[in-house]
Amino acid sequence: MKVETKLYKGVLLTQVEGEFDMHVAATFKEAVDEYIGRDAKDLVVDLEGVPFIDSSGIGALLGRYRRIEHLGGKMLLVGACAAVEKILRLSGVLQVMELCGDEQQALARL
Amino acid sequence: MKNQLKLSMRSLSDNVSVARLVAATVAAEANLTLHEVDEIKVAVSEAVSNAVIHGYEGREDGIVEFAIDIYEDRIVYVVSDCGKGIADVEAAREPAYSSDPERMGLGFAFMESFMDELAVTSAPGEGTIVRMTKRLPKQSG
Repeated sequence: MKVETKLYKGVLLTQVEGEFDMHVAATFKEAVDEYIGRDAKDLVVDLEGVPFIDSSGIGALLGRYRRIEHLGGKMLLVGACAAVEKILRLSGVLQVMELCGDEQQALARL
Repeated sequence: MKNQLKLSMRSLSDNVSVARLVAATVAAEANLTLHEVDEIKVAVSEAVSNAVIHGYEGREDGIVEFAIDIYEDRIVYVVSDCGKGIADVEAAREPAYSSDPERMGLGFAFMESFMDELAVTSAPGEGTIVRMTKRLPKQSG
């Protein structure tokens, strides 16, 4: 399990690897919250290395979305597998966040 | 009953993935589809996370019991804790309900939609028992 962050022109690029449950959600929140509203306005979350997500992962994504939206930024998701995409859809996440094919596509949408 | 497993875990977030793994292994052995195994993993993850987050409110010295009863026609997953319990179970099962704004109240909604039956028994100060049943396809031949 790991969460990697990288700043690129005011965008925080985040890569999550592992099952996105309450354990990973805590690491994700800590890693991302350090930058939002300070060094980064927009957030791109790469979920390619995530084979599983539950409501804790969904809550962590939506919590960051609320903060970013409040600050006038944009949040996009990248590369979710079919199982993860299904949960994102069911929970309404994809109604507020766009799912892009790759990082380049996401950066072009910002 | 064909088989029975019991797992007793400390209320640590690390243990949620262990419960999922055991649940998924049992489901795969019972010839459920990959899709159904994924759904079971989500439901079990929600039940165990609820016990850790809400039952024990983040306390790490609680015990979460996870039992799996395997019958010919169904698997029953039971997650129980001796935590603070739920005062109004009906309200807690409403999709929008959450005592934690970051969890969106989706936990019970996922358990309900991904399992065939869901029963929740709880009372304040007496812990919570979540019983989830997944029916198995009829064996051919």
